[in-house]
Amino acid sequence: MAPQTLYEKIWNSHIVREVPGQPSLIYIDRHLIHEGTSPQAFAGLKAAGRKVRRPDLTFAVMDHSVSTKNRLLPVLDADARGQFEALERNCKETGVRLFDMHSRNQGIVHIIGPELGITQPGQTIVCGDSHTSTHGAVGALAFGIGTSEIEHVLATQCLSQAKSKTGLIRFNGKRPKGVTSKDFILTLIGKIGIAGGTGYVFEYAGDAVGALSLEARMTMCNMTIEGGARAGMMAPDETTFKYLEGKPFVPRGKEFQEAVEGWKALASDPGAKYDLVVDIDATKLAPQVTWGTNPGMVTDVTSRVPDPNSFSDPVDKQAAERALVYMDLKAGTPITDIAVDRVFIGSCTNSRIEDLRAAAHVIEGKHVSKHVKQALAVPGSRVVKVQAEKEGLDKIFLDAGFEWRDAGCSMCIGMNDDVLPSGERSASTSNRNFEGRQGKGSRTHLVSPMMAAAAAIEGHFVDIRKWDVNGAE
Amino acid sequence: MQPFIKHTGLVAPMDRVNVDTDQMVPKQFLKLQTREGFGRTLFYDWRYLPGEALNPEFPLNFPRYKGASVLLARANFGCGSSREHAPWAILDYGFRSIIAPSYADIFYNNCFKNGILPVTLSDAQVDDLFRRVENQESYRLTVDLENQVITDESGLRIPFEIDPFRRNSLLKGLDDIGLTLEHEPDISAYEKLNPKSAPMYEAVDVKIAAPQT
Repeated sequence: MAPQTLYEKIWNSHIVREVPGQPSLIYIDRHLIHEGTSPQAFAGLKAAGRKVRRPDLTFAVMDHSVSTKNRLLPVLDADARGQFEALERNCKETGVRLFDMHSRNQGIVHIIGPELGITQPGQTIVCGDSHTSTHGAVGALAFGIGTSEIEHVLATQCLSQAKSKTGLIRFNGKRPKGVTSKDFILTLIGKIGIAGGTGYVFEYAGDAVGALSLEARMTMCNMTIEGGARAGMMAPDETTFKYLEGKPFVPRGKEFQEAVEGWKALASDPGAKYDLVVDIDATKLAPQVTWGTNPGMVTDVTSRVPDPNSFSDPVDKQAAERALVYMDLKAGTPITDIAVDRVFIGSCTNSRIEDLRAAAHVIEGKHVSKHVKQALAVPGSRVVKVQAEKEGLDKIFLDAGFEWRDAGCSMCIGMNDDVLPSGERSASTSNRNFEGRQGKGSRTHLVSPMMAAAAAIEGHFVDIRKWDVNGAE
Repeated sequence: MQPFIKHTGLVAPMDRVNVDTDQMVPKQFLKLQTREGFGRTLFYDWRYLPGEALNPEFPLNFPRYKGASVLLARANFGCGSSREHAPWAILDYGFRSIIAPSYADIFYNNCFKNGILPVTLSDAQVDDLFRRVENQESYRLTVDLENQVITDESGLRIPFEIDPFRRNSLLKGLDDIGLTLEHEPDISAYEKLNPKSAPMYEAVDVKIAAPQT
């Protein structure tokens, strides 16, 4: 048999029906849902008199609109309350397991999936959320779907899909201190553009990726969709197995050893062919900061806001001009001169325990700049929150002038009351800097947790490599 | 789903690259539970001034584009969030077809689930159409899916490519779920050969009890 990629192996083992010239019917192992995109799917299902085929493979959580303050208070936003109630009702009626906003295991869907071991290597995983790509870090094929497809998966546990092209993205060499996996993925998106991965599934490899923790790998897979590819993945390795062992939904003992043997066979075969190969020298990477209104508008922290005239393509030039107006930035401004109003450490990109440890290390013994109006630390899950509190990180954040919140999507999308006000500028560890993303008129700069933490202390962006970050990673 | 066979309508331009779905339907409207009524929210932050007064500088608000049903757009249209509210808003506003050089994957797929035809043309062809829309008031196009061709009243004729399976589903307005359920025996056979489960080995704080299978 011809050598196969990780993607092809997972794809082939999930084909339910294959007819030449048509999309294939592929089986879905894990269906994750949240309150924001599921109500219309359940309503459609009900209207058609259809049932949820595999409630036992479906998991629901409340994350997008939940309050990160006191959750015991009534939900005042009637629309949000309506969605919470709908999710609870739909789960009760269909037997779908639900982590509601009061569950000790509640958190952002893409944080709790791996954290509980619900998502495992070799699986197909979908969710009505584009950042489902996160779960690919365990060696799974995971991607976001629309509400019609949610309904389709609920009814059939399958999806009709055309096969994607494959891209191999290698980060080679040793990563410099202060440079994180967030900087890897932002560099890649800056290089290929936000549509560079359209039609592709990316597999990340290279020694710099192999050296990353599983949590750090999730950050890369998470933002894969920002480069246009629906899914990102890494071959499962010892790091993966060690991460998964003992998680609540992962088999134990002999059963685990057997599973590991199966997972080991998932890695791409030597000589497997890809439609695209990109090599990036990790030794040369610098901390990244976005300056524009999409994640591809990004540069090194030592650089300056680019001059739109420096873009040879008139379309890029026009987009840059528009972005600078929206962001209220002047071409040529050093990135480190950009002052921030608020800092957000959180989101499905960077709110895991390692992210919080890194940020806490940077701010320990220091205080948030008086020019910064608000600095938020929002754990990705309640399990992360409890762990952080056990380690005393909450105290470090609070002593430094950060707010320490409950778990949820929070200011990444601003569907609850954690909103970046119009005209204000954030250093944010989230994934999207689109116009209005964090609030109407808001201006977002995407950075790593260490970079966001340092910006909170100084009130503007700083090159974290100049700080002592030993022990921050 | 309503079928798409052939549609003739006024063309409106959206002359920006990388229009993301956050712009099509901002987050505050993602808390609703219907598929209808999102037309009002389409391009909300661009279309309205504070207080929901129409922004006179936004092209869709120009009187000449009132009633448009074909949206002419730029590359990577619909990038970002998977929210299907975006095509719901486009449809509810009155658009039946989009013409652009490229689309983001999830958005492209979501269009077909809602009876919207996203046509892909070359950059040069799209540039030409932008010029025609600009130069001619009440510029109309006919998007003919059956014959895979776009035509105007002056004799312009642009053939386009589309996946035959998607074309057929859209022409007939097929119900995807119904189609898949016709293959129920295949799904059951797959499940029998590849048993799937998600057992819990350690108790977690989950609200609904796992169902018996």
